[in-house]
Amino acid sequence: MILDSIQRVLSTNELVTAFLFVGTLVWLSYLISARLTRGQVHGSAIAIALGLVLAWYGGLVTGGNRGLADISFFAGVGTLGGAMFRDFAIVATAFGADIKALKQAGFVGAVSIVIGVFVSFLIGGIVAISFGYTDPIAVTTIGAGAATYIVGPVTGTALGAGSDVIALSVAAGLTKSVLVMIGTPFIAPKIGLNNPHSALIYGGLMGTTSGVAGGLAATDPKLVPYGAMTATFYTGVGCLLAPSVLYFGVRALL
Amino acid sequence: MVIYGVALLSFCMLTGVLVGDLLGEVMGVQSNVGGVGIAMLLLLVLSNLDSRELKLTPITEKGIGFWSAMYIPIVVAMAARQNVFSALSGGWMAIVAGVAAVAASFALIPVLARFGKGEHQ
Repeated sequence: MILDSIQRVLSTNELVTAFLFVGTLVWLSYLISARLTRGQVHGSAIAIALGLVLAWYGGLVTGGNRGLADISFFAGVGTLGGAMFRDFAIVATAFGADIKALKQAGFVGAVSIVIGVFVSFLIGGIVAISFGYTDPIAVTTIGAGAATYIVGPVTGTALGAGSDVIALSVAAGLTKSVLVMIGTPFIAPKIGLNNPHSALIYGGLMGTTSGVAGGLAATDPKLVPYGAMTATFYTGVGCLLAPSVLYFGVRALL
Repeated sequence: MVIYGVALLSFCMLTGVLVGDLLGEVMGVQSNVGGVGIAMLLLLVLSNLDSRELKLTPITEKGIGFWSAMYIPIVVAMAARQNVFSALSGGWMAIVAGVAAVAASFALIPVLARFGKGEHQ
Protein backbone atom coordinates (compact mmCIF):
# COMPACT_ATOMS: atom_id res chain seq x y z
CA MET A 1 0.00 0.00 0.00
CA ILE A 2 2.80 2.39 0.90
CA LEU A 3 4.62 1.53 -2.31
CA ASP A 4 1.48 2.24 -4.32
CA SER A 5 1.13 5.62 -2.62
CA ILE A 6 4.76 6.51 -3.25
CA GLN A 7 4.42 5.56 -6.87
CA ARG A 8 1.24 7.60 -7.25
CA VAL A 9 2.70 10.67 -5.55
CA LEU A 10 5.93 10.56 -7.53
CA SER A 11 4.29 10.18 -10.90
CA THR A 12 1.48 12.69 -10.41
CA ASN A 13 4.02 15.31 -9.30
CA GLU A 14 6.45 14.50 -12.06
CA LEU A 15 8.20 17.85 -12.39
CA VAL A 16 8.80 18.10 -8.63
CA THR A 17 10.11 14.51 -8.68
CA ALA A 18 12.49 15.59 -11.44
CA PHE A 19 13.81 18.48 -9.28
CA LEU A 20 14.54 16.03 -6.46
CA PHE A 21 16.08 13.51 -8.81
CA VAL A 22 18.36 15.98 -10.58
CA GLY A 23 19.31 17.62 -7.30
CA THR A 24 20.34 14.25 -5.87
CA LEU A 25 22.24 13.35 -9.03
CA VAL A 26 24.14 16.66 -8.97
CA TRP A 27 24.92 16.27 -5.24
CA LEU A 28 26.21 12.75 -5.81
CA SER A 29 28.31 13.94 -8.75
CA TYR A 30 29.97 16.72 -6.77
CA LEU A 31 30.69 14.17 -4.03
CA ILE A 32 32.34 11.87 -6.58
CA SER A 33 34.23 14.84 -8.01
CA ALA A 34 35.62 15.86 -4.62
CA ARG A 35 36.30 12.41 -3.15
CA LEU A 36 37.31 10.25 -6.12
CA THR A 37 38.91 12.75 -8.48
CA ARG A 38 40.00 15.36 -5.90
CA GLY A 39 38.21 18.02 -7.92
CA GLN A 40 40.16 17.18 -11.07
CA VAL A 41 36.98 16.33 -12.98
CA HIS A 42 34.30 19.00 -12.63
CA GLY A 43 31.15 17.92 -10.72
CA SER A 44 28.84 19.04 -13.51
CA ALA A 45 30.85 17.02 -16.05
CA ILE A 46 30.27 13.92 -13.91
CA ALA A 47 26.57 14.79 -13.52
CA ILE A 48 26.16 15.09 -17.29
CA ALA A 49 28.03 11.83 -17.88
CA LEU A 50 25.87 10.04 -15.28
CA GLY A 51 22.80 11.55 -16.95
CA LEU A 52 23.88 10.13 -20.29
CA VAL A 53 24.50 6.68 -18.78
CA LEU A 54 21.03 6.75 -17.22
CA ALA A 55 19.60 7.89 -20.56
CA TRP A 56 21.24 4.90 -22.22
CA TYR A 57 19.73 2.64 -19.57
CA GLY A 58 16.29 4.20 -20.11
CA GLY A 59 16.51 3.54 -23.83
CA LEU A 60 17.68 -0.02 -23.20
CA VAL A 61 14.82 -0.81 -20.82
CA THR A 62 11.92 0.97 -22.53
CA GLY A 63 12.97 1.03 -26.19
CA GLY A 64 11.78 4.67 -26.31
CA ASN A 65 13.67 7.64 -27.65
CA ARG A 66 13.63 10.00 -24.65
CA GLY A 67 16.18 8.19 -22.50
CA LEU A 68 15.35 8.05 -18.79
CA ALA A 69 12.22 10.14 -19.36
CA ASP A 70 10.44 7.13 -20.87
CA ILE A 71 10.42 5.43 -17.47
CA SER A 72 7.14 6.67 -15.93
CA PHE A 73 8.77 7.72 -12.62
CA PHE A 74 11.12 10.03 -14.48
CA ALA A 75 8.69 11.54 -16.97
CA GLY A 76 9.35 14.93 -15.35
CA VAL A 77 13.01 14.70 -16.36
CA GLY A 78 11.74 14.85 -19.92
CA THR A 79 9.95 18.12 -19.21
CA LEU A 80 12.76 19.67 -17.18
CA GLY A 81 15.38 18.65 -19.74
CA GLY A 82 13.21 19.36 -22.77
CA ALA A 83 13.80 22.10 -25.31
CA MET A 84 11.49 24.60 -23.56
CA PHE A 85 13.30 24.75 -20.22
CA ARG A 86 16.69 24.30 -21.89
CA ASP A 87 16.15 27.34 -24.10
CA PHE A 88 14.62 29.34 -21.23
CA ALA A 89 17.71 28.73 -19.08
CA ILE A 90 20.07 29.43 -21.98
CA VAL A 91 18.40 32.81 -22.59
CA ALA A 92 18.69 33.56 -18.86
CA THR A 93 22.47 33.00 -18.98
CA ALA A 94 22.72 35.93 -21.40
CA PHE A 95 21.87 38.21 -18.47
CA GLY A 96 25.16 39.81 -17.53
CA ALA A 97 27.02 38.64 -20.63
CA ASP A 98 29.61 40.97 -22.07
CA ILE A 99 28.15 42.82 -25.06
CA LYS A 100 31.61 44.03 -26.09
CA ALA A 101 32.91 40.47 -26.46
CA LEU A 102 29.87 39.55 -28.54
CA LYS A 103 30.33 42.51 -30.88
CA GLN A 104 34.04 41.94 -31.23
CA ALA A 105 33.67 38.30 -32.24
CA GLY A 106 30.41 38.77 -34.14
CA PHE A 107 31.93 38.45 -37.59
CA VAL A 108 34.21 35.50 -36.92
CA GLY A 109 31.33 33.88 -35.00
CA ALA A 110 29.09 34.10 -38.06
CA VAL A 111 31.87 32.77 -40.29
CA SER A 112 32.43 29.88 -37.89
CA ILE A 113 28.78 28.78 -38.28
CA VAL A 114 29.10 28.42 -42.05
CA ILE A 115 32.52 26.75 -41.79
CA GLY A 116 31.17 24.48 -39.04
CA VAL A 117 28.23 23.28 -41.15
CA PHE A 118 30.48 22.78 -44.15
CA VAL A 119 33.21 20.86 -42.29
CA SER A 120 30.83 18.52 -40.44
CA PHE A 121 28.89 17.90 -43.65
CA LEU A 122 32.08 17.18 -45.59
CA ILE A 123 33.40 14.76 -42.97
CA GLY A 124 30.02 13.02 -42.61
CA GLY A 125 29.78 12.70 -46.39
CA ILE A 126 33.28 11.28 -46.70
CA VAL A 127 32.54 8.72 -43.99
CA ALA A 128 29.31 7.75 -45.77
CA ILE A 129 31.17 7.27 -49.06
CA SER A 130 33.93 5.24 -47.40
CA PHE A 131 31.23 2.97 -45.94
CA GLY A 132 30.02 2.28 -49.46
CA TYR A 133 27.22 4.81 -50.02
CA THR A 134 27.18 6.22 -53.56
CA ASP A 135 23.66 7.66 -53.81
CA PRO A 136 23.97 11.50 -53.59
CA ILE A 137 20.77 11.74 -51.53
CA ALA A 138 22.04 9.23 -48.94
CA VAL A 139 25.49 10.86 -48.78
CA THR A 140 23.93 14.32 -48.37
CA THR A 141 21.53 13.14 -45.65
CA ILE A 142 24.27 11.43 -43.63
CA GLY A 143 26.56 14.45 -44.07
CA ALA A 144 23.73 16.67 -42.85
CA GLY A 145 23.25 14.35 -39.86
CA ALA A 146 26.88 14.89 -38.93
CA ALA A 147 25.98 18.60 -38.65
CA THR A 148 23.13 18.07 -36.15
CA TYR A 149 20.46 15.47 -35.58
CA ILE A 150 17.86 17.99 -36.77
CA VAL A 151 19.60 19.00 -40.00
CA GLY A 152 19.87 15.31 -40.98
CA PRO A 153 16.18 14.35 -40.98
CA VAL A 154 15.09 17.76 -42.31
CA THR A 155 17.46 17.34 -45.26
CA GLY A 156 16.61 13.68 -45.76
CA THR A 157 12.89 14.42 -45.78
CA ALA A 158 13.34 17.32 -48.20
CA LEU A 159 15.34 15.16 -50.60
CA GLY A 160 13.22 12.03 -50.20
CA ALA A 161 15.82 9.79 -48.54
CA GLY A 162 14.86 6.37 -47.19
CA SER A 163 13.92 6.03 -43.52
CA ASP A 164 16.97 3.82 -42.83
CA VAL A 165 19.29 6.56 -44.09
CA ILE A 166 17.42 9.20 -42.09
CA ALA A 167 17.76 7.03 -38.97
CA LEU A 168 21.52 6.79 -39.61
CA SER A 169 21.77 10.57 -39.96
CA VAL A 170 19.99 11.03 -36.63
CA ALA A 171 22.35 8.51 -35.00
CA ALA A 172 25.38 10.40 -36.38
CA GLY A 173 24.01 13.68 -35.01
CA LEU A 174 23.25 12.11 -31.61
CA THR A 175 26.78 10.69 -31.43
CA LYS A 176 28.13 14.16 -32.13
CA SER A 177 25.95 15.77 -29.48
CA VAL A 178 26.84 13.20 -26.80
CA LEU A 179 30.55 13.39 -27.63
CA VAL A 180 30.57 17.22 -27.49
CA MET A 181 28.94 17.05 -24.04
CA ILE A 182 31.48 14.59 -22.67
CA GLY A 183 34.58 15.64 -24.59
CA THR A 184 34.53 19.43 -24.25
CA PRO A 185 35.82 19.73 -20.65
CA PHE A 186 38.77 17.46 -21.49
CA ILE A 187 39.74 19.10 -24.77
CA ALA A 188 39.03 22.71 -23.72
CA PRO A 189 42.48 23.46 -22.19
CA LYS A 190 44.23 22.12 -25.30
CA ILE A 191 42.34 24.30 -27.77
CA GLY A 192 42.23 27.51 -25.72
CA LEU A 193 38.51 27.31 -24.99
CA ASN A 194 38.63 29.61 -21.97
CA ASN A 195 37.36 33.00 -23.13
CA PRO A 196 34.19 34.46 -24.72
CA HIS A 197 35.92 34.84 -28.08
CA SER A 198 36.81 31.16 -28.52
CA ALA A 199 33.46 30.11 -26.98
CA LEU A 200 31.61 31.97 -29.74
CA ILE A 201 33.68 30.15 -32.34
CA TYR A 202 33.22 26.85 -30.52
CA GLY A 203 29.42 27.27 -30.60
CA GLY A 204 29.51 28.08 -34.29
CA LEU A 205 31.73 25.14 -35.20
CA MET A 206 29.97 22.52 -33.06
CA GLY A 207 26.43 23.74 -33.66
CA THR A 208 24.59 21.11 -31.62
CA THR A 209 22.69 23.21 -29.06
CA SER A 210 22.43 20.33 -26.58
CA GLY A 211 26.08 19.40 -27.04
CA VAL A 212 27.28 22.98 -26.64
CA ALA A 213 24.96 23.57 -23.66
CA GLY A 214 26.26 20.45 -21.91
CA GLY A 215 29.89 20.86 -22.96
CA LEU A 216 30.17 24.43 -21.69
CA ALA A 217 28.25 23.67 -18.49
CA ALA A 218 30.89 21.07 -17.70
CA THR A 219 33.78 23.33 -18.70
CA ASP A 220 32.96 26.85 -17.53
CA PRO A 221 29.33 28.00 -17.16
CA LYS A 222 30.43 31.62 -17.69
CA LEU A 223 31.08 30.78 -21.35
CA VAL A 224 27.56 29.43 -21.97
CA PRO A 225 25.93 32.57 -23.42
CA TYR A 226 28.69 33.02 -26.00
CA GLY A 227 28.71 29.44 -27.25
CA ALA A 228 24.93 29.13 -27.19
CA MET A 229 24.51 32.37 -29.12
CA THR A 230 26.22 31.05 -32.26
CA ALA A 231 25.08 27.44 -31.82
CA THR A 232 21.42 28.40 -32.01
CA PHE A 233 21.89 29.73 -35.55
CA TYR A 234 23.71 26.61 -36.74
CA THR A 235 20.74 24.28 -37.24
CA GLY A 236 18.90 26.92 -39.26
CA VAL A 237 21.92 27.55 -41.46
CA GLY A 238 22.43 23.80 -41.84
CA CYS A 239 18.81 23.26 -42.88
CA LEU A 240 19.27 26.04 -45.41
CA LEU A 241 22.55 24.85 -46.94
CA ALA A 242 22.38 21.04 -46.80
CA PRO A 243 19.33 20.31 -49.03
CA SER A 244 20.34 23.03 -51.51
CA VAL A 245 23.92 24.15 -52.19
CA LEU A 246 25.59 21.21 -50.45
CA TYR A 247 23.32 18.66 -52.14
CA PHE A 248 24.05 20.14 -55.58
CA GLY A 249 27.76 19.97 -54.74
CA VAL A 250 27.51 16.29 -53.80
CA ARG A 251 25.49 15.52 -56.94
CA ALA A 252 28.09 17.22 -59.12
CA LEU A 253 30.91 15.20 -57.53
CA LEU A 254 29.33 11.74 -57.48
CA MET B 1 8.99 41.71 -7.96
CA VAL B 2 10.50 38.39 -8.92
CA ILE B 3 7.76 37.72 -11.45
CA TYR B 4 8.79 40.83 -13.42
CA GLY B 5 12.15 39.24 -14.08
CA VAL B 6 10.62 35.91 -15.04
CA ALA B 7 8.08 37.67 -17.26
CA LEU B 8 10.81 39.75 -18.94
CA LEU B 9 12.76 36.55 -19.60
CA SER B 10 9.64 34.89 -21.01
CA PHE B 11 8.91 37.90 -23.20
CA CYS B 12 12.44 37.81 -24.61
CA MET B 13 12.35 34.07 -25.27
CA LEU B 14 8.93 34.08 -26.94
CA THR B 15 9.75 37.12 -29.06
CA GLY B 16 13.10 35.64 -30.11
CA VAL B 17 11.66 32.24 -30.97
CA LEU B 18 8.84 33.91 -32.90
CA VAL B 19 11.31 35.97 -34.93
CA GLY B 20 13.44 32.86 -35.48
CA ASP B 21 10.38 30.99 -36.67
CA LEU B 22 9.43 33.76 -39.10
CA LEU B 23 13.04 33.91 -40.33
CA GLY B 24 12.83 30.18 -41.06
CA GLU B 25 9.59 30.69 -42.99
CA VAL B 26 11.06 33.54 -45.02
CA MET B 27 14.19 31.54 -45.82
CA GLY B 28 12.10 28.51 -46.71
CA VAL B 29 13.80 26.41 -44.02
CA GLN B 30 11.88 23.88 -41.95
CA SER B 31 13.54 24.99 -38.76
CA ASN B 32 13.82 27.87 -36.34
CA VAL B 33 16.70 30.16 -37.31
CA GLY B 34 18.53 31.49 -34.28
CA GLY B 35 15.43 32.15 -32.16
CA VAL B 36 17.25 31.57 -28.88
CA GLY B 37 20.19 33.70 -30.00
CA ILE B 38 17.86 36.56 -30.89
CA ALA B 39 16.15 36.16 -27.51
CA MET B 40 19.53 36.42 -25.77
CA LEU B 41 20.40 39.60 -27.66
CA LEU B 42 17.00 41.05 -26.77
CA LEU B 43 17.50 40.28 -23.06
CA LEU B 44 20.98 41.84 -23.20
CA VAL B 45 19.64 45.01 -24.79
CA LEU B 46 16.59 45.33 -22.53
CA SER B 47 18.52 44.67 -19.34
CA ASN B 48 21.15 47.23 -20.29
CA LEU B 49 18.75 50.07 -21.07
CA ASP B 50 19.62 52.98 -18.84
CA SER B 51 16.20 54.63 -18.74
CA ARG B 52 14.76 55.05 -15.27
CA GLU B 53 11.47 53.24 -15.94
CA LEU B 54 13.19 50.10 -17.18
CA LYS B 55 15.95 49.90 -14.58
CA LEU B 56 15.75 46.41 -13.11
CA THR B 57 15.59 46.22 -9.33
CA PRO B 58 17.74 43.58 -7.61
CA ILE B 59 14.61 41.56 -6.81
CA THR B 60 13.53 41.61 -10.45
CA GLU B 61 17.00 40.45 -11.38
CA LYS B 62 16.55 37.48 -9.05
CA GLY B 63 13.76 36.23 -11.32
CA ILE B 64 16.28 35.99 -14.16
CA GLY B 65 19.18 34.90 -11.98
CA PHE B 66 17.25 31.90 -10.69
CA TRP B 67 16.76 30.48 -14.17
CA SER B 68 20.34 31.23 -15.05
CA ALA B 69 21.41 29.27 -11.97
CA MET B 70 19.07 26.42 -12.92
CA TYR B 71 20.98 26.09 -16.17
CA ILE B 72 23.28 23.26 -15.07
CA PRO B 73 20.54 21.13 -13.44
CA ILE B 74 18.43 21.56 -16.56
CA VAL B 75 21.36 20.49 -18.70
CA VAL B 76 21.80 17.41 -16.49
CA ALA B 77 18.13 16.57 -17.04
CA MET B 78 18.65 17.20 -20.74
CA ALA B 79 21.53 14.71 -20.75
CA ALA B 80 19.31 12.14 -19.01
CA ARG B 81 16.68 12.36 -21.73
CA GLN B 82 18.97 12.08 -24.75
CA ASN B 83 18.50 9.14 -27.05
CA VAL B 84 21.91 7.70 -26.15
CA PHE B 85 20.80 4.16 -26.79
CA SER B 86 19.98 4.79 -30.41
CA ALA B 87 23.18 6.85 -30.89
CA LEU B 88 25.21 3.85 -29.75
CA SER B 89 23.17 1.29 -31.64
CA GLY B 90 23.18 3.25 -34.91
CA GLY B 91 26.11 1.20 -36.14
CA TRP B 92 29.75 2.02 -36.80
CA MET B 93 29.14 4.40 -39.65
CA ALA B 94 27.02 6.77 -37.54
CA ILE B 95 29.55 6.65 -34.69
CA VAL B 96 32.54 7.23 -36.98
CA ALA B 97 30.75 10.11 -38.75
CA GLY B 98 29.84 11.75 -35.44
CA VAL B 99 33.28 11.30 -33.89
CA ALA B 100 35.15 12.52 -36.99
CA ALA B 101 32.92 15.60 -37.31
CA VAL B 102 33.56 16.52 -33.67
CA ALA B 103 37.32 15.96 -33.96
CA ALA B 104 37.59 18.15 -37.06
CA SER B 105 35.48 20.90 -35.48
CA PHE B 106 37.54 20.89 -32.28
CA ALA B 107 40.74 21.14 -34.33
CA LEU B 108 39.44 24.23 -36.14
CA ILE B 109 38.70 26.26 -32.99
CA PRO B 110 42.28 27.48 -32.36
CA VAL B 111 42.71 28.25 -36.07
CA LEU B 112 39.59 30.42 -36.26
CA ALA B 113 40.24 31.98 -32.84
CA ARG B 114 43.64 33.23 -34.03
CA PHE B 115 42.19 34.53 -37.29
CA GLY B 116 39.47 36.47 -35.48
CA LYS B 117 41.80 37.98 -32.91
CA GLY B 118 44.34 39.13 -35.51
CA GLU B 119 41.63 41.14 -37.19
CA HIS B 120 41.03 43.37 -34.23
CA GLN B 121 44.59 44.02 -33.17
